[in-house]
Amino acid sequence: MRHPLQFLLLGLLALLLGACAGTPVRGTGDLGLVIERASGHVTLVNTSSRSAYARIGGLGDLSHASVVYSRDARYAFVFGRDGGLTKVDLLEARIVKRVMQSGNAIGGSISQDGRIVVAQNYTPGGIKAFDAETLELLSEVPAEYAPGQFSKVVGLADVPGNKFAYALFDGGEIWVSDFSDPRKPVTQRFPAGQQPYDGLVTPNGRHYLAGLFGEDGIALLDLWQPEQGARKILEKYGRGEDKLPVFKMPHLRGWSVAAGRAWLPAIGRHEVLVADATTWQETGRVAVKGQPVFVMASPDGRQIWVNFAFPDNGWVQVIDTLSGKVVQTLQPGKAVLHMEFTPRGEAVWLSARDDNRVVIYDTRNFARLGEISAEAPSGIFFTSRAARIGF
Amino acid sequence: MLNKTFLSTLSAILFACLAVPAAAEPSPARQKELIHLVRQDCGSCHGMTLQGGLGPALLPATLADKPVEGLVATIIGGRPGTPMPPWHRFLGEDEAQWIVAKLLSGFPQ
Repeated sequence: MRHPLQFLLLGLLALLLGACAGTPVRGTGDLGLVIERASGHVTLVNTSSRSAYARIGGLGDLSHASVVYSRDARYAFVFGRDGGLTKVDLLEARIVKRVMQSGNAIGGSISQDGRIVVAQNYTPGGIKAFDAETLELLSEVPAEYAPGQFSKVVGLADVPGNKFAYALFDGGEIWVSDFSDPRKPVTQRFPAGQQPYDGLVTPNGRHYLAGLFGEDGIALLDLWQPEQGARKILEKYGRGEDKLPVFKMPHLRGWSVAAGRAWLPAIGRHEVLVADATTWQETGRVAVKGQPVFVMASPDGRQIWVNFAFPDNGWVQVIDTLSGKVVQTLQPGKAVLHMEFTPRGEAVWLSARDDNRVVIYDTRNFARLGEISAEAPSGIFFTSRAARIGF
Repeated sequence: MLNKTFLSTLSAILFACLAVPAAAEPSPARQKELIHLVRQDCGSCHGMTLQGGLGPALLPATLADKPVEGLVATIIGGRPGTPMPPWHRFLGEDEAQWIVAKLLSGFPQ
């Protein structure tokens, strides 16, 4: 049997070696990234200490930037508006690699196996696939829906089978591209409806939904039975009434499914639409303060947090999914652009662009837990996205 | 080279002057608000740098061949059949004219 002092010495030695190596060993599960849209910076944050730990610049035009994570949750892939794709190491807090992949981009996604990063582009319209390790271009699918006609691509989502589903705003179609061979994608096309503005895949990867701007309804494609084609759900939810103006397009993602129902922003109505996530029939709607932009369920599905388009973007409302009623109305700051729940949902972070801060709320009692300074913050992305389908 | 730049700048200024009837300039404080509105809120579709997104680019080169009245009418009344909403609740017509003139000559930061 060894002397206890030996263990102590060994421990000390390990500690010293760790210090020599520079960065102490740690996981990334409680880390994340906040986009500072106006200045091309990102602020790296820690959701345990509720603080920022680094700030990185040189990422280009980050208005409408979005982020996906490598499956080890160490690297963030930041898709900039100007077509920049930047790989950021959250542990070393530095840019690993950066490429300009198009002229005008709107976001991106990462494959089921984590090997392919795909960007969705407005100009030239289409998607491009990159090696997640090197950011080398592997292949592209131009969104040419008619000879010589290219569409802006919206709603790109990774779906099982190393496929990606997305919608064509100008083409009115849903496309599913299979990247089993990353250099030779195979694409299936499905007529969807007028002007899809964004899309989502349900958390189980089965259904792809494309919100339609040009008509009242949502296109639904069952990816387990794609031969059935896309069909419309929540048709004519506007009941023929005049639409209210939409001063900002809503965003869809898989966070919309909670408590067995899908909670979706109406277009041109100050309502959240609710549909049964099995039958896809409308089960209700919730009147809210403005045009919903993000309708996000907490990880446990108990709450839906909703923010709004200009001019109601200083408000946030919380719907209780059990009662289907608004239970809280908050004013977190000026121009609330985005929200993100901590991995298990005890807190939610909200970006208040015109107040230059990110505000943190307790989801149980709605108390303000703290705030972080950031210059014109927009998207907030935590590493818990790394393990989720459709993020 | 200098001449060419000078001439194009001059013609842009002249074009802006000719096309937009003399309207009361918004106050400096209001101008600041309008610039913020265009960059941030119009920018959610047209891009913060106005190089386009879901909506078309609003750069001098892309707008040069569009009639000014049409641009002002689009801001005030929107464009049915497209996502462009009417902004008359937030802007007067003279303010829309000021915005159009600024877009045509290169929008301030």
